[in-house]
Amino acid sequence: MDFGTFLWVNFGAFLTFAILSFLYKDNPFYKIAEHLVVGVSAGYFVVILWHNGLSPNLFQKLDDGSWFLLWLDSSEPWYIIPAILGVMMWTRFSKKWAWVSRWPMALYIGIATGVAIPLEMGAKVNRQLYAIMEKGFDWQNFFGHGSFNLLDATSGLSQVIIFVGTISALIYFFFSKAHTGWFGGMAKFGIWILMIGFGASFGYTVMARISLFINRLQYLDKSWYRNAVDTVNENYHVGFPIVFWFLILLIVGYIILEIVNHVKSKESPAAE
Amino acid sequence: MNVFEKLMKLDRRWVFLFLIIVCVFAYVVDFNVPIMVEPESQKIYDFIDNLEPGSIVLIAIDYDPNNMAELHPMTYAVVEHCWRKHVKVIFTALSQNGPGMADQAIRDISDSLMVDQTYNGVEFKGREIINGVDYCFLGYKPYYALVILGMGQNFRLPFPSDYYGSPLDSLPMMRGVSNYNDIDIVVDLSGGNITDAWISYGQSRFNFPLALGLTGVMTAQYYPYLGSGQVMGIMGGLLGAAQYEEMAENPGLAKDGMRVQLGAHVVIILFIIMGNIGLLIERRRHKKEGGI
Repeated sequence: MDFGTFLWVNFGAFLTFAILSFLYKDNPFYKIAEHLVVGVSAGYFVVILWHNGLSPNLFQKLDDGSWFLLWLDSSEPWYIIPAILGVMMWTRFSKKWAWVSRWPMALYIGIATGVAIPLEMGAKVNRQLYAIMEKGFDWQNFFGHGSFNLLDATSGLSQVIIFVGTISALIYFFFSKAHTGWFGGMAKFGIWILMIGFGASFGYTVMARISLFINRLQYLDKSWYRNAVDTVNENYHVGFPIVFWFLILLIVGYIILEIVNHVKSKESPAAE
Repeated sequence: MNVFEKLMKLDRRWVFLFLIIVCVFAYVVDFNVPIMVEPESQKIYDFIDNLEPGSIVLIAIDYDPNNMAELHPMTYAVVEHCWRKHVKVIFTALSQNGPGMADQAIRDISDSLMVDQTYNGVEFKGREIINGVDYCFLGYKPYYALVILGMGQNFRLPFPSDYYGSPLDSLPMMRGVSNYNDIDIVVDLSGGNITDAWISYGQSRFNFPLALGLTGVMTAQYYPYLGSGQVMGIMGGLLGAAQYEEMAENPGLAKDGMRVQLGAHVVIILFIIMGNIGLLIERRRHKKEGGI
């Protein structure tokens, strides 16, 4: 096993414990790991952006021109225009010249809006409306496709629930009419539908968060712990058990220190 | 102070500790959790399983390392399935921190297919997966919406060369492949807004079959697109990945994690029930004492 793998696997284990330690309370180890994530992500993104954006899309295009002619003699001189627009964005750093940045900004927002509005309307509003209006409810597969399945998201029953639920949820947010009578009943049904929706999202979110922990467990077990205890493992290295026990001792020592501090603070509450 | 009142005032760190103990216990103890496959995952599997050898699938690895816990197992399961079926894959990685991770995953999966294996009773002869023949990794370009629109005209517009610097025309599998018309399906494995772009700027504009693999947090909000037919299938979170592994008879990290999911969910549900009972008892006691 090479030294790089040994170093990074152990460093990964250390960072895992450092991040998880936040569950107990904020601490310097967590801060190190947190700042490292932000710093590494930003640094990596800058390099990726340079190699995949600026370099091939601008500098390589103007590569065959001369700088003293402002690259106007290059084979594709029009690439200077986006470069100038990009530079104009930077005038935001000057109070005097900040207005210049409005030009590229206006162009950018104009193009983005022009592209986005028809496509977003088509995909997120029209197609959703067509789905109900064009086909109607699937009465033939009302209780599921093929077999009785109340959990079938595309059955006729699901379509009816989605249709009534959508109208009811919209009514809940309609405040120009008092929520009384049948209108109030629909609004009440709407809030139930919203709550069920939030519940489904919450359930999935719990699964997502546990998944993150599972991933760390799998890493600690398969990539770190087994390298430390399994001498037959091809990745075994004598350094692994040393780092493993050092980290375990560090964690246990920290826990003992916290317990001692806790007991002391209980014995002398005035000191707090 | 009764037991429920005590529980209501319980320090949340005890809940974390209990949850960690249960998760570690469920991870260490080896038991099998049955996986029920949902129709929305089954549709994706069936579509890929019925593709002819030589078909092309575009797999968009649109997530950063912070989502790899849920989405990496999906990538492994779907890509392995494609290559076992001799289906060619075009990869993109439109999330800024994803390309390096995607490259590593492609190499890992290629290595794992070097050995003979049997899946669902069908023997797979191990083979070398060759860049440019079995797959093409286009990499990352900024402004994903414009990249998705650009690929609809020609893959060469946003990606004149692949991630490794080879011109697309020099890759055998990309000859004659111009845009979405030349591929069979797009599978977007995403942990963010890029999915919206694939729906709005990709599927709606160019009308190709789109399948989604999403993080758990995102899954519920994309079900309306399933009902409207804009999306042909959804794999939701680690469970979605486990379902795909189950169908492909290729158990991996997702199926391995289902034991822990089960244990954690039981604990969380118990805590929710106890918390609600405690709240109701507290409210009743408060009412009895003349409170509002």
